[in-house]
Amino acid sequence: MTEDNTHDHYDHEGSKLGMWLFIFTELLFFGGLFIVYAVMRYKNGIAFCLAAEELNVSIGAINTVILLISSATIAMSISSIQMKKTKLTLLLLASTLILAIVFLVNKYFEWGAKIEHGLYPGSEILEQFGHGEVLFFGLYYFMTGLHALHIIIGIIFIAVMMMKVKNGKLNADRFVQLENAGLYWHLVDVIWIFLFPLFYLIA
Amino acid sequence: MDEIKEHKIVSFKTYIIILFLLISLTALSVFVTQIDLGNLSVIVALAIAGLKSLLVFAFFMHLLYDKKMYALMVAGVIMVMTLVLIITFLDYGF
Repeated sequence: MTEDNTHDHYDHEGSKLGMWLFIFTELLFFGGLFIVYAVMRYKNGIAFCLAAEELNVSIGAINTVILLISSATIAMSISSIQMKKTKLTLLLLASTLILAIVFLVNKYFEWGAKIEHGLYPGSEILEQFGHGEVLFFGLYYFMTGLHALHIIIGIIFIAVMMMKVKNGKLNADRFVQLENAGLYWHLVDVIWIFLFPLFYLIA
Repeated sequence: MDEIKEHKIVSFKTYIIILFLLISLTALSVFVTQIDLGNLSVIVALAIAGLKSLLVFAFFMHLLYDKKMYALMVAGVIMVMTLVLIITFLDYGF
């Protein structure tokens, strides 16, 4: 494998492989949490269904669409940098960035509404519910919170990529970092693709 | 080795079609889970999520265009996760 790429002036393939290995650790990390969710749900089925009804399907669906569009725009930015269209690349990356921020703003209002209703880990209202509801909201805050942290890291990642595209460090010949940023962003998207049905839809 | 072009440029059209499919599948999963199907709705929702992530992996993450090695590794990781899930549930009642 490596011998085929020795003619490369820089190691595009090796860089991408490294990113994929990191993505695998992330998949296993979230995968573990999904297994925790599966077991908890299996043991507290009814409580999980009732608790899930507290979540707002519309906000969840809107955020899903936002992330899907942002995934498409960052994917298109990689095509456009290869086509040497710097301005378009920057525009597409800026769109991704804005969509990511909109996602977080929605998340803020969503969490805010839940906390206002007293639905947060350790709250008095939640204590009155059963064990299952406490587990559901514990997992909800932990998993969506961890996902939101990934979004914040993604925003920084994409912003740095934008600066590098702007000053020409990333171009049609060297764009693997942008590709890696894309891979990271799609990973964040894939995780949300599973979080959305498991927490919002299955009620 | 040169028969495979190193960096394929994927057309915007492809991405737009995939995006449209992904949004349609999201709408479908919302619609299906609003109908009371009992335990079946869990399976349907997860199947749709699986299909959506497959589209993201294949097209957005370029597994379809990149070296086969990446797709094989992703398949391996998914298999490990499935195995751990099955082994975990052996302890919880099947």
